Amino acid sequence: MVGREAVMMGWLDALGRVTLEALEELGRFFYILTQALLWAVRRPFDVAEWFRQMVRVGYDSVPVVLLTTMFTGMVLALQTYRGFERFHAEGFVGSVVALSLTRELAPVLVGLMVAGRVGSAMAAELGTMRVTEQIDALYAMATQPVQYLVVPRVGASVLMLPLLTLIGDAVGIIGGWMVAVGVFHANSVVYWHRTFQYLEVNDVTSGLIKAAFFGLILAGTGCAKGFYTSGGAEGVGRATTAAVVMGSVSILLSDFFLTKILF
Amino acid sequence: MAIRPPTTDAAISVIDLHKSFDGKEVLRGLDLDVERGESLVVVGGSGAGKTVFLKHLIGLLPPDEGNVVVDGVDITLASPGVALDLRKRFGMSFQEGALFDSMTVFDNIAFPIRRHTERNREEVAARVHECLRLVRLNGVDTKHPAELSGGMRRRVGFARAIALEPEFLLFDEPTTGLDPINTAAIANVINVMRRELEVTAVTITHDMSLAFRIADRIAMLRRGVIIALDTPEQFRVHPDPYLQAFLKGEVPADEEEAL
Repeated sequence: MVGREAVMMGWLDALGRVTLEALEELGRFFYILTQALLWAVRRPFDVAEWFRQMVRVGYDSVPVVLLTTMFTGMVLALQTYRGFERFHAEGFVGSVVALSLTRELAPVLVGLMVAGRVGSAMAAELGTMRVTEQIDALYAMATQPVQYLVVPRVGASVLMLPLLTLIGDAVGIIGGWMVAVGVFHANSVVYWHRTFQYLEVNDVTSGLIKAAFFGLILAGTGCAKGFYTSGGAEGVGRATTAAVVMGSVSILLSDFFLTKILF
Repeated sequence: MAIRPPTTDAAISVIDLHKSFDGKEVLRGLDLDVERGESLVVVGGSGAGKTVFLKHLIGLLPPDEGNVVVDGVDITLASPGVALDLRKRFGMSFQEGALFDSMTVFDNIAFPIRRHTERNREEVAARVHECLRLVRLNGVDTKHPAELSGGMRRRVGFARAIALEPEFLLFDEPTTGLDPINTAAIANVINVMRRELEVTAVTITHDMSLAFRIADRIAMLRRGVIIALDTPEQFRVHPDPYLQAFLKGEVPADEEEAL
């Protein structure tokens, strides 16, 4: 009996610890975002830093976004064509590809790819700055580290993710068209007609709004993880991994709820 | 707990400072006055709380208890705006330099100038080169911190710390990891900067040779309190057995269990 109680207590202890840790993580994430929001509206505005981050998040991510969404559009056409063939609905492949990409796949895939590319880099960069006292040095030079480091990164991500998603929408739809017309010899004119026939403005904008949220999540996670790094090089490694894992998971979880709200 | 009114003539007054991390007491009621224009060196063993103490002077760490009064303003109670303005009057050099490794040497030193003054391009460049001259460096403008030696990185750190012509200079272990010749060179640079800038300097180190070269007064920090404070001459003949052991590089009788 005593043994069983001890096991129970051990379990409860572990549960409590995990819960506290999760709450602490969440607290840091929201703290850094509110701080960033507060400092975003105060002077000085680091235009150069904003621009630098927009290039890193946006422009530098274009190749990976092109590849991912192009092939996703292609495989989407491939799969739906095979399926729809069975009940003679091949004509609607274009509609399915366009709707799936704009509403769901382009924002989520762009979010995940950028979380891996940029969220991790933010955690590594800020984490290294933390453990080598560069963040302390900023503070000592009467510069708010959150204002100088976090505001441009979060801001650039929120701005660039929708743009990348828009590119992804277009490229994915072209990829689907290439497969439908090139592999299955679908009628190009009919395919384009079907693509836009059921596509509404809201389908695209809701995807872009989601993308902006994903940008907020991945940059917030990357910055929070990096900003509160401790424990030298190993700590930087842990922060980087955690930034990608938590960023990706948060994107996928929030995706469901955002979709539920936005429609 | 001793309650003492802040002395008004001191440049920096530290009053009954307490700080713990995860239940471990690092500072246990530290009292110290830094006089205007002096060079005060705080020495002590590893883990004595030197860096923690220094970070309190500029508000990088908030104390659990106690006050830090700079020029009559209590930075532990000051509003964020006042604290920010106060920090502009400080220059701090960090242990490994803490240079921004994404920037060149020039941009590192220009960073505080560009951020806090309205100087134009030529004025910024002039000031950067003036600072580099003071720390005896030239021809490193376009280099990145990773391309510099440890001693040069410290000096660039100094140059960045003095860029805004601060009234107070803080040095965190300026010679750790440097050879004796570089240590002597760093000491000379610190003395030159003090002479030309007329600053109040606080240095923490465990390097006694540096302390004797640059100090007007030396304070010994042990287990979170100041156990001795005196001129270098008096410090050498101080009766405290721990202090004598520290000077001679011996293991003090009462500290063997800690090592």
